[in-house]
Amino acid sequence: MSALISIKNLTRVFDVSKPWLNRVLERRDKAYLTAVSDVSFDVEDKTVYALVGESGSGKSTIGKIVVGLLPASDGNVEIDGVDLATETDPAKVAEVRAEVQMIFQDPYASLNPRWRVREIINEPVAARGGKTEGLAEKLLEQVGLSAQDAGKFPHEFSGGQRQRICIARALASNPRIIVCDEPTSALDVSVQSQVLNLMSDLQEEMGLTYLFISHDLTVVHHMADVIGVLYLGRLVEEAPRDRLFSDPKHPYTQMLFDAAPRMDGFGREVDPPKGEIPDPINPPSGCAFHPRCPLAVDRCKKERPEMRKIGDTRVACHLAE
Amino acid sequence: MTDTAPPIPPTPERAPSRLARAWQSDFLYSFRRAPVAVVSFCVVLTLVLCAVFAPLIAPHDPFDPATLNLMNGFTPPGEANAFTGDSFLLGTDDQGRDVFSTILYGMRISLFVGFSAVLLAMVLGVVLGLLAGYSGGWTETIIMRVADVQLTFPAILVAMLIFGIAKGITPPEYRDQMAIWVLILAIGLSDWVQFARVVRGATLVEKNKEYVQAARLVGRSPLSIMLRHILPNVLNPVLVIATISLALAIIAEATLSFLGVGAPPTKPSLGTLIRIGQEFMFSGEWWILVFPAATLLALALSINLLGDWLRDALNPKLR
Repeated sequence: MSALISIKNLTRVFDVSKPWLNRVLERRDKAYLTAVSDVSFDVEDKTVYALVGESGSGKSTIGKIVVGLLPASDGNVEIDGVDLATETDPAKVAEVRAEVQMIFQDPYASLNPRWRVREIINEPVAARGGKTEGLAEKLLEQVGLSAQDAGKFPHEFSGGQRQRICIARALASNPRIIVCDEPTSALDVSVQSQVLNLMSDLQEEMGLTYLFISHDLTVVHHMADVIGVLYLGRLVEEAPRDRLFSDPKHPYTQMLFDAAPRMDGFGREVDPPKGEIPDPINPPSGCAFHPRCPLAVDRCKKERPEMRKIGDTRVACHLAE
Repeated sequence: MTDTAPPIPPTPERAPSRLARAWQSDFLYSFRRAPVAVVSFCVVLTLVLCAVFAPLIAPHDPFDPATLNLMNGFTPPGEANAFTGDSFLLGTDDQGRDVFSTILYGMRISLFVGFSAVLLAMVLGVVLGLLAGYSGGWTETIIMRVADVQLTFPAILVAMLIFGIAKGITPPEYRDQMAIWVLILAIGLSDWVQFARVVRGATLVEKNKEYVQAARLVGRSPLSIMLRHILPNVLNPVLVIATISLALAIIAEATLSFLGVGAPPTKPSLGTLIRIGQEFMFSGEWWILVFPAATLLALALSINLLGDWLRDALNPKLR
């Protein structure tokens, strides 16, 4: 198998400075927020790669860079060997873009309320001047809705149904990669599993590759083949699903698992995560996790840990073994 | 509640017609439930129809000097003229023009100027507002600062300025012909700011929604996203402002004409008629002033009330 998505040293910095006049009057410097810092990973073809992390850990930013909604500040993203940011052949860019689609978090905001479902689903194909006849109807049935729904407006559907429409839209241009940005976090738990099962089935049937972004460990356990854990814009650990769940190496991953509620854990002492995610404008020196880490030693404050390979796990921690 | 109520007959399974569905829609339901809106709508509709069909309704053509008889001047409403024996529904002015007819024709000009000016302001404001909201950065700064500066001047002053400049550069022989178009330009240019501000605000909200990102993702151009995705979603407030602006534009036109810089006396608008009328106000010929003024009042008030209702009806928070 070869890597379909290859991300190398990806960094994204946002300028969060106040307007020029305020900076001059209040004598402040420009402020930069590093949302993603030096992240590298590969996603194999026809697999599900999940990115997990707290809010503000940069997981959505990575998703947006992969699909091309945001430019990277540094590093690059190659999809099928093509770097969209530097590729100059517009035909090739269009071709690769058609292969990457996205499912968004909020099914209430991701469908244009003034458009009929048919137009919404056909849009990715229509935008390229492709043939759309009967496409929406076929896709609607594929995602478990009826062909008659094509003439309706989004407000006539429930959250789960809307997310199905979003999936149908993502499938319209026959993509190979779908970036799923917390696709079920806005849904009821009962509907979540239906949507997730649909996505799993489609992935197997159509041989899709998912970059699955989530903060929900149970969802990730259900979906992912490989999991990457993000902390403050840095990839701290990456491992195949079962390996990560059975043997988490990074203290942050261990803390996440300890904090997650468990079905068998009623009455168990929950060890709440200590401290808060630090200010990304002013991140801690060395290992970003050291202020919250129970194992931190002096070295962690000074030296940023490199990704190390231990078995089939990659981990960025000085002490992990 | 009564026992004698007849059993409800089974309703035949039939899809309601398009008209019936429109009648049942929220929008028209709230319209039917608002008597003020219904009355205002009827008044506006009547006045607009009167203006459109003025040549058919008006007993005289006030623009044709050949049909005027100076002897008919200052005939009071409803009375026969002392010299000619002609009688006029709303009386005549100093030149013997039938006030009723001049009002109908004047309203035509007022409404035409009002509609055209609002259309101009709307197109200009929506385009600039979308552009400012969607592109951000320097484009936004420049457009919105110009808008802010223009807002610090009263709209009527801006309109007079534009009117003065336009008058200065048009050759004198075309001035009367051009007056209407210059009016439209002046009022339209003085009124775009409101549209631009509202559209920019709405665009800022919409452009961060995920459906816009989805459209960017599939490679739609910014122009296509602005027009096909964002514009339909920012039109509700535009409709409300357009209605209220229509009333304001008609009043602005009347004000300019009243000040003598608007429609020429040969082609009088309601404002021109009021200006002519006020000269005779204190000499007893009240009808020359009162009837055009009352028409203007009824028109502007009804449009405003209709706009108020529209704002409430389209605001989901007030439903």
